[in-house]
Amino acid sequence: MDTLNVLLMGFISVVLINNLVFTKFLGICPYLGVSGRIDMAFGMGMAVTFVVTLSGTLTWMIDNWILMRLGLEVTRYVCFILVIAGAVQLVEMYVRKFFPSLYESFGIFLPLITTNCAILGLCLFLNLWMIDNLLDAVVRSFGAGIGFTMAICIMAGIRENLKMADVPECLKGAPITLITAGLLSLAFMGFAGMIR
Amino acid sequence: MSSSSDAKAAPYSQTLLAGLWRENPVFRLLLGMCPTLAVTAAVKPAFTMGCCVIFVLLCSNVIVSLMRNLLKPHLRILMFTLTIATFVTVADLFLKAFLPRMSETLGPYVPLIIVNCIIICRAEACASKNPLVVSIIDAVGMGVGFTLTLCVLAAVRELLATGKVFEVQLMPEAFVPWAAMSMPVGAFITLGLLLGLVNAATGKKA
Repeated sequence: MDTLNVLLMGFISVVLINNLVFTKFLGICPYLGVSGRIDMAFGMGMAVTFVVTLSGTLTWMIDNWILMRLGLEVTRYVCFILVIAGAVQLVEMYVRKFFPSLYESFGIFLPLITTNCAILGLCLFLNLWMIDNLLDAVVRSFGAGIGFTMAICIMAGIRENLKMADVPECLKGAPITLITAGLLSLAFMGFAGMIR
Repeated sequence: MSSSSDAKAAPYSQTLLAGLWRENPVFRLLLGMCPTLAVTAAVKPAFTMGCCVIFVLLCSNVIVSLMRNLLKPHLRILMFTLTIATFVTVADLFLKAFLPRMSETLGPYVPLIIVNCIIICRAEACASKNPLVVSIIDAVGMGVGFTLTLCVLAAVRELLATGKVFEVQLMPEAFVPWAAMSMPVGAFITLGLLLGLVNAATGKKA
């Protein structure tokens, strides 16, 4: 029961309170690029969730079971980025084979997941938060992906409506998206007091 | 630059200036947003971050430019990433050793330079096609442009959040600090408004 509690808390904290997009500024590039339409945003979110869960788990295992035991922490970043690149390659091949239309609509953004800061960022945060058991690491990685999906879908919903709004010429596109993101992040600050 | 002959004739200063304004990584290309937003709560970390990026950008551009003829197309990106990761490790260890407090403030955003789109974009768009000198100049231009942008954004935020810039009191005593500016909200909104301002100033349509 106690473990379950800890896991649940970890999950909620990473989805709502430490949301990667709104509080850690991670994954802003796809967030600005793909959040135009809600179905694409959801697809992107799912792809990121899958990759982040996979690579979060793998990098945690490599970091804790191999690098730390051998004293090779210096090579941590190189190892992390290799694992992530591999995981992205896997997902790309899978999506291209089984969902060609989704693959078309992703365009450049799928290979770009490799350079999505949300993924590497989470792997680094797992290390920083001193997560010390595998299950917790898996749950938090998954939660980070869900948090990202939620953020990007909320944004896509707002942007679909924003098309009809009368935005000043110079603020169209990225600027108004950033300002909207700011307001959303203000809203998400309300979750901060939920758990310690 | 309209044609390739122009590009060849263009002096090095053109390449240098491109990064500073015409192709400014943050304002014009919208690259490297994550560190831009994350480290700009005050000018000092923003400046340190900018220096790290210049260092990594310079080193990786040099290496990529030197090995550009050896690269196999499908392994290109992987080699870029590994080169960048190596230099980021160097920068990170340097900060940890000599500026431990700054290293703590910047936290995971220093290793996150690895996935900063600016660096991989310059490696791909410039260093893998151009000789050494052009790559170096391009790296300096882009890096300085990025640093300046970070500092401008950080200065606005620090001024409104604390009334100080670089620890120097600029606002009158009666000024009530806007705490929100040092939080994520401030980052998003300031950058959004600055982008709008740049768009308005240059008459660019989104």
